[in-house]
Amino acid sequence: MSSYEARFKVWRGDVKGGGLEDFAVEVNDGEVVLDIIHRLQATQAPDLAVRWNCKAGKCGSCSAEINGRPRLMCMTRMSVFTREETITVTPLRAFPVVRDLVTDVGFNYTKAREVPAFVPPAGLGPGEYRMQQEDVDRSQEFRKCIECFLCQDTCHVVRDHEENKTAFAGPRFLMRVAELDMHPLDAAADTGLDRKATAQDEHGLGYCNITKCCTEVCPEGIKITDNALIPLKERAVDRKYDPLVWLGSKIGRRRT
Amino acid sequence: MTTGTEPHLNSGGVRSGTRAAIAEPHLRTDRWWLAPAVTAAGLLAFVVYSTWRAFADTYYYAAPYVSPFYSPCLADRCRTMHAGPNADLFGSWWGLSPAIIILIFPLGFRLTCYYYRKAYYRGFWASPPACAVAEPHKKYTGETRFPLILQNIHRYFFYAAVVVAGILTYDTVLSFRDEHYRWGHMGLGTLVFLVNIVLIWAYTLSCHSCRHIVGGKLKHFSKHPVRYRMWQWVGKLNARHMLLAWSSLVSVALADFYVYLVASGAFDDPRFF
Amino acid sequence: MSVVDRQEWDVVVVGAGGAGLRAAIEARERGARTAVICKSLFGKAHTVMAEGGIAAAMGNVNSGDNWQVHFRDTMRGGKFLNQWRMAELHATEAPDRVWELETWGALFDRTGDGRISQRNFGGHEYPRLAHVGDRTGLELIRTLQQKIVSLQQEDMKETGDYESRLKVYQECTVTRILKDGERVSGAFCYERETGRFFVLEAPSVVIATGGIGKSFKVTSNSWEYTGDGHALALLAGAPLLNMEFVQFHPTGMVWPPSVKGILVTESVRGDGGVLTNSEGKRFMFDYIPDVFKEKYAQSEEEGDRWYEDPDHNRRPPELLPRDEVARAINSEVKAGRGSPHGGVFLDVSTRMPAEVIRRRLPSMYHQFKELADVDITAEAMEVGPTCHYVMGGIAVDSDTAAARGVPGLFAAGEVAGGMHGSNRLGGNSLSDLLVFGRRAGLHAAEYAAGLDGGRPPVDDVQIDTAAAEALRPFSAEGPEAGEEDGRPPENPYTLHQELQQAMNDLVGIIRREAEMEQALEKLADLRVRARRAGVEGHRQFNPGWHLALDLRNMLLVSECVARAALERTESRGGHTREDHPSMDRAWRRINLLCRLTDPTGGLAATDPVRGQIDLVRETTEPIRSDLLALFEKEELVKYLAEEELYE
Repeated sequence: MSSYEARFKVWRGDVKGGGLEDFAVEVNDGEVVLDIIHRLQATQAPDLAVRWNCKAGKCGSCSAEINGRPRLMCMTRMSVFTREETITVTPLRAFPVVRDLVTDVGFNYTKAREVPAFVPPAGLGPGEYRMQQEDVDRSQEFRKCIECFLCQDTCHVVRDHEENKTAFAGPRFLMRVAELDMHPLDAAADTGLDRKATAQDEHGLGYCNITKCCTEVCPEGIKITDNALIPLKERAVDRKYDPLVWLGSKIGRRRT
Repeated sequence: MTTGTEPHLNSGGVRSGTRAAIAEPHLRTDRWWLAPAVTAAGLLAFVVYSTWRAFADTYYYAAPYVSPFYSPCLADRCRTMHAGPNADLFGSWWGLSPAIIILIFPLGFRLTCYYYRKAYYRGFWASPPACAVAEPHKKYTGETRFPLILQNIHRYFFYAAVVVAGILTYDTVLSFRDEHYRWGHMGLGTLVFLVNIVLIWAYTLSCHSCRHIVGGKLKHFSKHPVRYRMWQWVGKLNARHMLLAWSSLVSVALADFYVYLVASGAFDDPRFF
Repeated sequence: MSVVDRQEWDVVVVGAGGAGLRAAIEARERGARTAVICKSLFGKAHTVMAEGGIAAAMGNVNSGDNWQVHFRDTMRGGKFLNQWRMAELHATEAPDRVWELETWGALFDRTGDGRISQRNFGGHEYPRLAHVGDRTGLELIRTLQQKIVSLQQEDMKETGDYESRLKVYQECTVTRILKDGERVSGAFCYERETGRFFVLEAPSVVIATGGIGKSFKVTSNSWEYTGDGHALALLAGAPLLNMEFVQFHPTGMVWPPSVKGILVTESVRGDGGVLTNSEGKRFMFDYIPDVFKEKYAQSEEEGDRWYEDPDHNRRPPELLPRDEVARAINSEVKAGRGSPHGGVFLDVSTRMPAEVIRRRLPSMYHQFKELADVDITAEAMEVGPTCHYVMGGIAVDSDTAAARGVPGLFAAGEVAGGMHGSNRLGGNSLSDLLVFGRRAGLHAAEYAAGLDGGRPPVDDVQIDTAAAEALRPFSAEGPEAGEEDGRPPENPYTLHQELQQAMNDLVGIIRREAEMEQALEKLADLRVRARRAGVEGHRQFNPGWHLALDLRNMLLVSECVARAALERTESRGGHTREDHPSMDRAWRRINLLCRLTDPTGGLAATDPVRGQIDLVRETTEPIRSDLLALFEKEELVKYLAEEELYE
């Protein structure tokens, strides 16, 4: 087993300020960036703040930016870097920093609350739900989301424009709208809630310019843009820009 | 644009007050600028070429081949193409190149295409130039306002694109004639046209709007097995939408260029039979 | 002492995993103002790591399944040490708890006729696990999280405040349960982000903090699993039950070292994966214990046929309960027939087409590809046992989930003991969370509502003591002037590593008397040193400080495990003694209860010999006769003592 000494730059500080701090640290075969951060904690910087949990890419806690790219530290193997490279680790840069690698991700929890929950169909009790696999496949893909918020971090709509945070839910929560709209038994429409229209009117779907960074950074490989955001945009078009559909709904033809 | 120079930053982005104090607008160490630069260069090359050819108003027909830029040809000034895509809808008052009339549709289709949007937003407008690389703009409203809100009409261009693809298919059938309009022949041009029309169809059908229309809009696939299969099939194509967008762009330019070469006499169409 | 912020709630739930969230939902729906407090972000709880599924006898795939069969499987898996009433409630209520999730938006994998699909799992007679690929835990936690959000949306509509009736305090830690006399009066907490202390005043506290895995070196558990709830209950005066039973999951990753211990789901075996040693032999056929001889295939051919035709063949021994498989792997490795990195081989690549593997085991495929550079569709995995789950836990009343002896204290999920006996079946954990999470929430709310004489007051002295205890790591210093044997402050990370190493080596999967005695000595030494664990920096998000505080809990719990393991002179389920290798029917009725030596909840007793824990033996209530009647006499003879059989 070979080990070597790697050079790291880790951002340390808090909301009042901070900077990149240099470290030289041992790296062993098969390790990931999070292992190195932990080694720093145990040997050189015991109060280095970092969020982590499962260490297997399942909980989405250890999101950070490594060499400028939003990634999960536990899923970034050291072997993807050369030994000579200096590896820079910073907190997520779209959210307010708390300390060191920890950011305030409250934005995402606020947005989560703004998406109306699943509406159970009237007249179906527990145990009576029947759904076909092909009907749940789409929403299941979106439910793979581990809420690491890397998509929210990388999305330029809010990353580069703080002022858009009020109007824009971000890819994760637009995908949640899509998930509910594609749920075979969601009965939101029966209560007068049109998820297709609210995606645009209330969750800021129009801000998305489908430049696909959310899909690029998704550690779960969810095709956020192609399978959630664009279909949602098309569904919004159905409601708002399609005269045939508009006419059809006026005349009273039932939607599928 | 996409040169790798650091964009100027506004106060609302990654360097705003509460975020981690990092002076650099991005810390990417890879060649993140390469992809948008190549995209921009490719699109620019096509724009230059197609502008020249669209306005040229010449060398677009060499029996039996008609340039896809000029088909259908809808003005009085069009060259007569035997059994070809002539339909004089505009009459003699149209003084410009007849390519302009019809190119609006494929152009609009590609301009509002979900892939091309990404390509030119990133490549030309640097919004964003690459992931986690700060964009240079002070304000951003995305596709919420005029004119970009018009991107929502993509599906109507899709309908038009299907019609255009149909006509180009007709042109490809006509290319199975020789220069004297006798059927049952084939030349290198026929092959070029065949490749082009396959790619055009593949690109057109792989469109996100198409995927939505054939089945994506449904809530219960299980109640529409045929549309579900179509949706799956379009989905497979759709996964390659970017590849098809580029290859069909190149092939349509090549098909036009081939006609130009043959029509201008620079090249003799090799006949197979 | 500075003034500490106080907030009033009816029910405080400690922990936001499956059990905690389910408890909070129930308490809130019963009208109690409920606060949830958790160490991580909301939605990151360790429950997301559960992969296989939720065991519930819905009978969707095999209509022969029902609660009685599930009950039988659970008791067998637990070697009849289970608190039988819990096992009964669990088996009867699990289907309702799963169906309920669907009404909250969960999307399980489906059968052909549109019901919830169910998969095979170790120890379960029929396909029983409702699942979503191999990410069932994520689906569970997300569904509960979204249900909480939906309740908050309702409250928003009514009161104008999302958090008026249900609030999640994320990234906060509870260090002490506060009491008014015997009963609970609240919880002392700190916010990890700022280090600020606060008190949640509540008559009911539900502990749902999960397990203790972080006391072991090789574990599938995350940093949160430091036995906080176990320790809080102990310190509050509630006893812990059967702490010697620690489940080592047979299949954890063994390479690369940084991910050693991370779980490889049992579904790999449920879906056809086979275990082989370095000689290429399917060794599990050599390890079928007598009590299971009739239930498992005796030849590879029969085992293979079972996947296609489960009604006429017996299941392959790869699907024996976890303790059996873990011991078998351990033996193979010790006998020198292990894989290059000290495990055995687990192979699905020869059993299923690559595409099916990727569809049915997506996150396993992902995990091995990304972390170990192994393509499980083409090559075998290397796996070995990893500390996974503690069957022991807070002693609770079966029906109400109330902790014994402390009115107002409730416990549910992994932190509660009894349900799983000496060994838990895969899939029974998620259903346990739901069934007893709901019960804990329900009874906590009822208890809070039914209080006579108003809310229990919170004692200022307790708050000050708790605050002083929490701040001690900052003032840990070297020797005082004049003292001779003083040492510099201890590094909490070093102490933690030594603890993990000691527990892994000395109280691990195979246990010996002398080693456990050695472990107790080591724990005593660590306990003394932990008093001087010092930290640098300040209180704002300081992981060194957090660890120093968690050490208290890990040391308490580890001592419980070691003492109970030393006491139980037999091998049963998750407790294997090399010096007492067989199961002893006389022990079946014996529960071991751990209590704090100092009943006032103080931790002054750092006497290395005496320790902090007293152990009491207790004889369990006989199993109800109608439940016993569900088993064949011949089977009961293997487990029950003579006198029990005659009753």
